[in-house]
Amino acid sequence: MTDPVNEILAPSRVSDRAGAQRVPVSGDVQAGSAAAPVVLQDAMPRHDVSVQGLTKNFGQTPIFADVSFRLLRGEAVALVGANGTGKSTLLRCLLGLIPASSGTVEVLGRRITDARSADLRVLRCRTGLVSQKHNLVPRLSVLSNVLHGLLGSHSGPRYWSQSFAPLPARRAAIDALEQVGLANLASRRADRLSGGQSQRVAIARALVAKPQLLIADEPCASLDPAAGEEVMALFFKLVRENGVTVVFTSHHVDHALDYGDRVIGLAGGKLALDATAASLTASDLRGLYD
Amino acid sequence: MTDHSLPRRLERPSALAFLGYVVAIVIVIWAFQGAGFSLDKVLTSPPRFADFMSRAFPPNLESEVMARLGRKMVETLQIAFAGAVLGVILSLPVALLAARGLIAGPWINGIVRNILGFIRAVPDIAWALVFVVAVGLGPFAGTLAIMIDTIGFCGRFFADDMEAVDKGPSEALTATGARRLDITACATLPAAAPAFVSTALYALEKAVRSSTILGLVGAGGIGIELKVGFDLFDYPTAMTVILMIAVVVIAIEALSTWARKTIIGEQR
Repeated sequence: MTDPVNEILAPSRVSDRAGAQRVPVSGDVQAGSAAAPVVLQDAMPRHDVSVQGLTKNFGQTPIFADVSFRLLRGEAVALVGANGTGKSTLLRCLLGLIPASSGTVEVLGRRITDARSADLRVLRCRTGLVSQKHNLVPRLSVLSNVLHGLLGSHSGPRYWSQSFAPLPARRAAIDALEQVGLANLASRRADRLSGGQSQRVAIARALVAKPQLLIADEPCASLDPAAGEEVMALFFKLVRENGVTVVFTSHHVDHALDYGDRVIGLAGGKLALDATAASLTASDLRGLYD
Repeated sequence: MTDHSLPRRLERPSALAFLGYVVAIVIVIWAFQGAGFSLDKVLTSPPRFADFMSRAFPPNLESEVMARLGRKMVETLQIAFAGAVLGVILSLPVALLAARGLIAGPWINGIVRNILGFIRAVPDIAWALVFVVAVGLGPFAGTLAIMIDTIGFCGRFFADDMEAVDKGPSEALTATGARRLDITACATLPAAAPAFVSTALYALEKAVRSSTILGLVGAGGIGIELKVGFDLFDYPTAMTVILMIAVVVIAIEALSTWARKTIIGEQR
C-alpha cells in the first residue's frame, strides 16, 4: 500500500527519515522526468542543527549569549533551565521565527540566520513546532487543523479546509490522527476537545508532513500530570518511530532524562550544561534551577 | 509603636493637572456658547413641544398612508441590507490590507488605514449627497452611501479584530513553512470570524438607522416622507414615520442581538 503522505509530498521533500546513506542509482531518475530531482542523501549534513555563538537580546536586555551546540540526526535533546533563561526564545531562533542578534544557526544543511523568507519557508516544510498551548484553530474541525500541517508543501485554497482538500491529503491527515488515536474525532470542532486531546491533535498536525526536525516547547506544560505523561510518551514513541530529530524543553527533570538522549542546560544567559542524559542525575539538573 | 498616619482622602492635584482641569472647563463653556445653549429656550420649550405632540397625535393610520409609508420603509430596509452586505463583503479585502503583520507591508497598512479614516470622517449624509450628484436621485445613491460608510466602519474594525487574534495558531503554521496568505486564511480569519459577525451585525443596525434619514437629501427611503410631513405641517403623518422608524430600528436591533448570540454563542 502506498503511503498517502509520500504521494502528496513533493519528491524533493521526501527524504530518508532514518538518515541512512542512500546513494542514487540510475533507476532513481526516470528518463524525461523533470519532476524527479535527485536526492543526494550522502551530501546531507550529519548534524541536523548546528548553532554557533548564538546571542539574543531584546532591546538592551540580554537573553542569552554565545550559545553553541550541535544536534545529530535522529537525536532527542532536552533543553532545560529556569524560567526566563531564554529556552523558548532559543527554540524560536532555531526555526527563524525570531531573528538572532548574532551568531549562526544551520538547520538541515541551510544557514537560516541570514536566509531570505522564501528560503526559510522551504526549510520549514521539513520542520514542525509543538507548543505548550496546542494552538489549534478553535472553530475548525480536528481534520482541518491537522490538514493545515501540510500547508508548507501544499499552498492554496484546496488545503484550507478538509471539505475541499484532495483525497491523498485527507488520507494523510486521518492517518496522522490515527497515529495519535483520535481518528474517531476527525469531524469534531477543535474547541470541543479536552486539553490532552487538543495536544495530541497538535502533535498530529506537526507530524502529518513528516518533518525531519521537531521543536517542542514544553508540550505538556498546560496538561495535568496524567495527561502530560500520556502526551509525552505518545510524542516520543512517534518521533522515535519516524527517526525525527527533536529539541524539547521541559521543567520536568524526569522528562528530560527519560526522553532526551542529551540534555542542554541554560543558566545565567549562558550554556551551562551539555551532556548525555545517561551521564546525568536528577540532582545535576536541579542545580540549574537554583 | 510606629505612627502610621492615614493618607489624605483627596490628593492635592499637581499644577499641571490643575491647569488641565481649568482648560477642560473652559472648553466645555466655550462649546455651550457656540452651540447656542439657552436655558431660557429650554424652559419655554415644553409648551411648544406639547403643542406639537397635540397636533401630531393621533398619528395618521389611514390605510392609503400606511401602504405608502410601508413601501418606503421596505425600500429603506432594502437600501440598508444591500449597502451593508456590499460594504461588509468589500471590507474584508480592505481589512486584510489594513491589518498590520498579515499580508501587506507597513506602507500599505498605513495608506489603507488613512483612507478608511477619511471615509469615516465624512458623515453618511454627506456621502449620500455626493452619490446623489454622481448617480442621481433615488435609492441607489443611498445604497452606495451606506456601502462606503460600512467599508469605513467594518474595514477598520475587521483589521483590528485580525490584529488582536491569538498568534499561536499562526506561529504553528509558520513553523510548517506555510505562506502568509495560507496562514491568514487558515488561522487568522477563522479566529477572527466571531468578531467579524458581531461587527457586521452592528454595521447592519447602523445601516438601518442611517438609511432612514438618507431620504432627506433625496437618496431614497422613508426619510423623504418625514421631510414632506414636516414641510407641509402634516404632523400626524410625520409622527407615523417617526414611530415606524423606531419600531423597525428596535426590531432590527433585537434581531441582531439574537443572531449574534445564536451564531457566536457563549464565546463572545
